Amino acid sequence: MKDSKWRTVIVAGVVVAALTATHVGAASSVAVGIKEFKFTPPVLAVAAGTTVTWINHDEEPHTITSTNGAFGSTGLSHEDTFAQTFARPGRYEYFCALHPRMKAIVIVK
Amino acid sequence: MDTIDRRGFLECMAWAGTGLVWVFTGGVPSSRVISPAAAADTKLGSFTFVQISDTHIGFKGQANGDPTATLQQVVDRVNALRPAPAFVLHTGDQTHGQKAGAFDTVAEILKGVKTGRIFYVPGEHDVFLDGGKDYLDRYGKGTVGGRGWQSFDYEGTHFVGLVNVLKYKGEGIGALGEDQIEWLEHDLAPLSSSTPVVIFSHVPLWAVYPQWGWTTEDAGRALAYVKRFGSVTVLNGHIHQVLQKVEGNVRFHTAMSTAFPQPAPGSAPAPGPMKISEADARRMIGVTEATYVPGQHSLAVVDSTLG
Repeated sequence: MKDSKWRTVIVAGVVVAALTATHVGAASSVAVGIKEFKFTPPVLAVAAGTTVTWINHDEEPHTITSTNGAFGSTGLSHEDTFAQTFARPGRYEYFCALHPRMKAIVIVK
Repeated sequence: MDTIDRRGFLECMAWAGTGLVWVFTGGVPSSRVISPAAAADTKLGSFTFVQISDTHIGFKGQANGDPTATLQQVVDRVNALRPAPAFVLHTGDQTHGQKAGAFDTVAEILKGVKTGRIFYVPGEHDVFLDGGKDYLDRYGKGTVGGRGWQSFDYEGTHFVGLVNVLKYKGEGIGALGEDQIEWLEHDLAPLSSSTPVVIFSHVPLWAVYPQWGWTTEDAGRALAYVKRFGSVTVLNGHIHQVLQKVEGNVRFHTAMSTAFPQPAPGSAPAPGPMKISEADARRMIGVTEATYVPGQHSLAVVDSTLG
């Protein structure tokens, strides 16, 4: 029954992560997936200096476009990636310029 | 009022292999089977035009590995029409995400269309990277203030091409904007209510499925100006499938893509290219042909697929 216990812990952990944010340690690299017109995770918390890489799994192009113009990609085709290093703490909201209802945020601590 | 005797009734007779013709008389549609003979049965003074939409050059996916080939097939089909179409409307998304070179490829292929002229409106894929600069450099000439929208008259029918992808709002719906709506009011004002009106734009001017952004936020304000007309046809693209709606004297019709189909509203977790075989996709992509017959106040719209 050890497995099911762990499963419970993992599921609980996933739920907590979904409710708060995904936290990532310093100076690392982390991926955000784009699938079915959604950024996953939609809220990503990272330490300053982290490089975030987006991967578009849709056949529809998407962009990573900063709400305040701080950063942005061109249209990403299927399985294209875009990387951005976040040097300074802050809340970085972004959306897809082709599908503006797709919104997400990177929180840099 | 002359609208009463122009009212027909919907008489949906049958579906044919490649589509359904619907003829509308005074703004109310009737349907008949599509056949080559029917298409050729045109009276003197009538004219045909073609709507091509969502060519998405630059796309490569499961449903279509080569959208230039399917566009070329559509062009060949258009060139086989008798009578030849007076003009062609391209209702946007020429390119797939403004892929480099895509506008040139579309222009090159469409050079081969045997027609008087091609009119364009942009899709969001044509303008999202640069706010429409490249598109308007190519197709803005002759439009109102070089901003992409325009109107023209052909054989007594008034055509209006509207741009609803340059003011994309936060929730991903199309929008026309104050300037364009004001222009439309003035553009339509001098016309008699018996003038047939055809409006074309990329994103549907009706709420097809707002959850997927398949609507134009301020379309209602624009359409208020066409309510007095006896025959109004609204032709849109964007959703890559044929959907029709009738509201008063206004017929709404969306066209297939020449590249790939999208799912029916709400039938999938998200919009976007359907992941199906090329053979299946060809039964869901194609072209729209419309014929106007004077005196009948009727416009027959025929959708045909490549498969």
